[in-house]
This record gives sequence, C-alpha cells and structure tokens, in this order.
Amino acid sequence: MKRTGSQIFVESLKAEGVDTIFCYPGGATLNITDALTDISNIRQIVVRHEQGAVHAADGYARALGRPGVALVTSGPGATNTVTGIATACMDSIPIVVFSCQVNTMLIGNDAFQEADIVGITRPCTKHSYLVRDVKDLARIIKEAFHIASSGRPGPVLVDIPKDVSSAVCDFKYPEKVHIRSYQPTYVGHQGQIKKAMRLILHSKRPVLYTGGGVVLSNASQELTRFAEALSIPVTNTLMGLGGIPGNHPLFLGMLGMHGTYAANMAITESDLIIAMGARFDDRATGKTDEFAPHAKIIHVDIDPTSISKNIKVDIPIVGDTRNVLTQMLKIIDEDKETYRQHHKNVAEWTGKITRWKKDYPLTYQKNKELKPQYVIERVFGLTKGKAIITTEVGQNQMWTAQFFKFLKPRTCLTSGGLGTMGYGFPAAIGAQAAFPKSLVIDIAGDGSIQMNIQELATAVQYNLPVKVIILNNGFLGMVRQWQELFYEKRYTWTHLHSPDFVKVAEAYGAVGLRIEKESEVDKILKEAFRNNRPTFVDVHVSPKECVYPMVPAGASLKEMLLV
Amino acid sequence: MKHTISLLVENEFGVLSRIAGLFSGRGFNIESLCVAESLDPTISTMTIVTTGNDAILEQILKQLNKLINVIKVVDFKDIEYVSREMVLVKVNAEEKTRAEILRIVEIFRGKIVDVSSKTYTVMITGDEDKLSAFINLIRPLGIKELVRTGPIAMARGERMLKIKETENKGGEEDG
Repeated sequence: MKRTGSQIFVESLKAEGVDTIFCYPGGATLNITDALTDISNIRQIVVRHEQGAVHAADGYARALGRPGVALVTSGPGATNTVTGIATACMDSIPIVVFSCQVNTMLIGNDAFQEADIVGITRPCTKHSYLVRDVKDLARIIKEAFHIASSGRPGPVLVDIPKDVSSAVCDFKYPEKVHIRSYQPTYVGHQGQIKKAMRLILHSKRPVLYTGGGVVLSNASQELTRFAEALSIPVTNTLMGLGGIPGNHPLFLGMLGMHGTYAANMAITESDLIIAMGARFDDRATGKTDEFAPHAKIIHVDIDPTSISKNIKVDIPIVGDTRNVLTQMLKIIDEDKETYRQHHKNVAEWTGKITRWKKDYPLTYQKNKELKPQYVIERVFGLTKGKAIITTEVGQNQMWTAQFFKFLKPRTCLTSGGLGTMGYGFPAAIGAQAAFPKSLVIDIAGDGSIQMNIQELATAVQYNLPVKVIILNNGFLGMVRQWQELFYEKRYTWTHLHSPDFVKVAEAYGAVGLRIEKESEVDKILKEAFRNNRPTFVDVHVSPKECVYPMVPAGASLKEMLLV
Repeated sequence: MKHTISLLVENEFGVLSRIAGLFSGRGFNIESLCVAESLDPTISTMTIVTTGNDAILEQILKQLNKLINVIKVVDFKDIEYVSREMVLVKVNAEEKTRAEILRIVEIFRGKIVDVSSKTYTVMITGDEDKLSAFINLIRPLGIKELVRTGPIAMARGERMLKIKETENKGGEEDG
C-alpha cells in the first residue's frame, strides 16, 4: 500500500499504541501536522515551549510506564528539546522525540531553521536516527520505540526531513525488531545469583540500596517481598522512592546528601550492600572512599556500565532487576527454613536501625512560621498518599522526598540525575494526560516554577487540572542554603523577585490561591484538590529554612549536619 | 598503560562520531584510531589505541559495547596478537646523505615510494618499536614531513573477530 512519509508516521504511531503526543508545529512539521488532522485516537497536546513537550512526554512515561512521545519542528524547535532529552537520559526514561528537519538537499547548507540536532543530542540520547529515505521510516520508528523502552530505557531521537515526510513508498509496519548489535541481558547469571545469596546468608548487617531501576522494571512488589523474606532494611535513592512503600517498617528513607540519619548510618556500618537498579551517584554515596567501608557489595543492574563505575563491586549481576529478584525469591522459596533463620542473624542489626529511626527522625524546628515541610506533610496527610507527585529541583524536591511518604512506584516524578529546574510542571501535565482522573501535584519553588510557567496555558487549554504548590520563600533556596552554610551568608544572585502567582494563574484562566498562615493550609489545599481546574497555590513559607540532614559536598555519609 | 582495542561496528554514517564523542565526553584518551570497511561491507573494523588503568579500560569497553551501533568489542590485553603500522617519511635527500638513507631503508625493509631532486619519500611498515627506531635513525638526516597510520591489530592463530547472530554483548559471566 502506497503511503506518504507523514501517513507512515501516523500509522506507525498507531501501531505502537501511542495515544498521546506532546507537540509544537513549525514549517518542517507541516506535512506531519496535516496528516494528524482528524486523527482522534492520538491526542495531540500542543505545548507553549518545546522543552515543555519533552518533559511532558517524560512525565507521561514515568507515570504510565510506556514511552512518551514529543514532536517538534526543525532548528530552534529541535534545540529547545535538548534539556528535556538530557533529563530523560540521566534518569533512563523511555521517550521518543521526533524532530522535523529541513529538506534532505538543504542539510548542511545552513538553511533556515536548520540545526544538526542528531549531532547536538548525540551525547544525551540512548540512540538517534536521521531518516534519509522514506523507505527506512517505518523500520526506524519501530526500532526507536524498541530501543527507548528495552534494556536500560532512555530517550531516542528521530530526525525526519520535510521531503521524507512527503515522499511516497510502500508501507507495512514491521512486526519484529532485529538489531544485531543490541541485545540487552535480562536474566541474571545463575552462578552469580547463587554466590550473592550465599553472601547474604552470611551477612549480619545487610542493607538494600535501591534506585530507579526497581521502578523502571516494575519490581517493587518483588523488592518488598525480598526485603521481608530476609528482614533486610531498605534505603532508596531519590529515583527509587515508591519502590517500597514509604511507611514500610523496613524502609529507612532516602540515603545520601539529604538522606535520613538511619539510612546513612546503616550504609556506613553495613557489612553487605545489595544495590538494585541504582548507580552509586555522588549525591547518594558522598565521598566514595568512605562509602560503606566495611561492606561487600552485590550490584544488580541491567546496564553493565553502571557496575564498578564509581564503587568497586564484589558480585556484579547484569540483568533486569525484577527478573533477578524473581530468581532470588525462587532460591529463597526452595529453602525457606534456612532463610527464615537469617532473621536471627540480623535481629541485632534491625534493632539498632529501629533505634536510629526513633532517635533521629526527619524533623524541623516548629515555631510560629509557616514551614515548607509542614505543607508537604499536609499534602501527604490530605491525599493519604494517593496522588502523583512531581517536583521541581532544589529544596522543594528534597523536602518532598523527605516528607511525602511515597506508597507506590511511579508516583514520584522528579529530575534526579540532571536536576532540571522547570521539569515538574510540564511533567505533571504529562502525568495528568496519562491519568486524567488522578490527582497530580507539582511541588514547586518560586524559582523553578518560573522556568516553564508558560505551560499553564497548555494545562488550561486541554483542561489538565494539575495542582502546583509553590513553596514561595523569595529565594533560590537550595543555592541560598549553600551560601548560608559555606559562603558566609553572601546571598549573591539568590534573592528573587516574583510576580503575584495568584494573579498570574487568574490571567491564564486557571485558579490562583494563596496560603500565608499555618491555619490556612488544610482549608486552601482541600479547596485546590477539590476543584477540577489547573490551580496554583502560592504558599508564603518561612524564607530561610534549610534542608536537613545535610552531608556537605565531598564529605562521607556519616558526617551529617542535623537540624 | 596502553591498550589496543578492536571493534566491529555498523558501516553507517555517524558511527565514527558516536565513538569519538564517547571518548571525548567521558574523558578517555585516543592515541590512534584506524577504521575501514571489513570483509563484510555492512561492517567496519576499528582499531583504537587508548591509555588508562584497568578501571578506565573496563569502562571504555563497557561504554563502547553500550553504543547501539557497536557490534563487538575485543580488548587485546590478554590475547596474543599482531599489530602493524605504516609510516610515510619525507626526508632530505642531498647528495651526501642519499646513500645513507638507502642503507637504512634497506635494513628496515622499507621502500622509497617517491623521489624528487631534494627529497625521498620512504614507506616503512612494522610494529611501533620498529617505526620509532627507524624514525630515530633517520631524524638526524632531516625529516621534512611524517605521517603515521596508527596500528591495526589482529589476534594470532585461529582466533577471529567475528559476530555470531545471537551475539550477547552485555553479560558479566565471571561466575
């Protein structure tokens, strides 16, 4: 059947089950834009800035577990996606970004709105394609979705020149993908797994250190079962939050720079770290020389490059976290009694950890001021954890990680690796598009929200009723905190003038609410959660609150500054 | 420490820049890089000489394997292999030095591939040590220009760099 490139594009998206795309038109998209006219089973959400489109696709993918799709025009449209792509790449999020390109004949001529986007994004994509012949288009789209969502997931960019989208050829969507140079390892090596299980049985102070890989491979049930079967305490990275319920007795909270006392001390005193789908990022490990100095390390990860990159590992296991946990659980099930005995070995350890949790809980100084931590506690209290939470980056992100107890995976959407301010709001729009009936809340700061505030128009236009809670302290709080602690309180560049967010919201046709006192928090939050419209809640919080505990940059995890 | 790595990669445009970009982006060194089509025209063979300690080499190999267009990576660290390089040297050829140049070239089994009234262009092949020894000998006679290819390498004996259709390049199997 003869089809144009644009029709092939539309048919291929349908074949991949794509129901939503986040897009922005331009000269080079016109063929494809036109082909999408009246295609009602692909929802087309036109954003206000291409960065927003990619973050929205990313939020959609994180919340739903299926690849998100963005479509943008050539030149500036394409370059505006770079931050979004790099964000998804660092956090291993499956998205496919289609950029349109100038005509094939013009490529390399510095044509109007031409940019070498394949070249520009090469270091921050999992893979990328320039489609030079319409005959390759269907195969490339098939491969792009496959590569984005398999192995260690990540962003794939497909650059489609305008003449390719108008050229005609026979179309049949390929049923299978075969890439001879790409076959990720999913099943863990049985010998390595047996070795790991022996090591676990001999451990007295084991800790599970789990990351985004658990969420990405949908392994949270297996992880929880595994931890319970062996009575091993669990700490999460920021990316791993929700991988085990935040209120689980074995859960220690997040580790690292703003991790809990219990988590950081458990790592420091542990004799066996079982790392699952985590990559020993510097914000999690602190000073690597002093990370878990007494521990052997088992590391399960689907990406071999993550293993022994920052910290030398004793037992590497390459594989999908969920598969490996399932393989491990099978070994436990075959010898239940032995493993139940293990609870005795670790009883002293779990007792010690319980005391740490009790003696050094996450807390803050309660006084007459309205504290940001209190606001997040109330967001959790009022929603009972039944919400999809996105964050921006900085103090708002760390307080959310500390004080919102994520009960389920895929409910904490945050830019962990790249730390992208401006991520949370468009990501919330993406998550809301994936789950129209869920309560989706972006916890923002007055700095971050202004990095993609234009997407409020998108939320209003498509009636995506996301709630943005702006913890407004008049500062770029996290940088200000470092200035307070390490730069003798010289608050250079960090004091912010912001607009009246209530009026901004109203001007966009959204709802604007304000909280100035602790006594208003419940009432106004309830009002925000109840209405079915996009809503900004401008919360005037105490301006100089700091995030604690804090491990100073370059220090070891046990050197925490407490409240 | 120096390492020689061989790669089989898809013979497509953009692959070289992915590999070069990987080295520069992650701060790895490239001492030399040779690339050309292999016996199978859909595949190119690359030989890269790099430097770094064992941990860095391990990362280089893993990161190369992770690139979608890379089919196979072999490190010659623990493999017997032959490695050859070619150099072209344009050397001053004055009346009194010509005989000396010819003698050195003969000893090294090189060839004079171009002659002018004032220069000889010499081609020598061999391993790195041989080429360096030749260059050191000829240097006092006046080298005007020098171009080296960088080494290409191949395992000794029956061992071959080839792909299996079910190539599994990710697994750690030291269990």
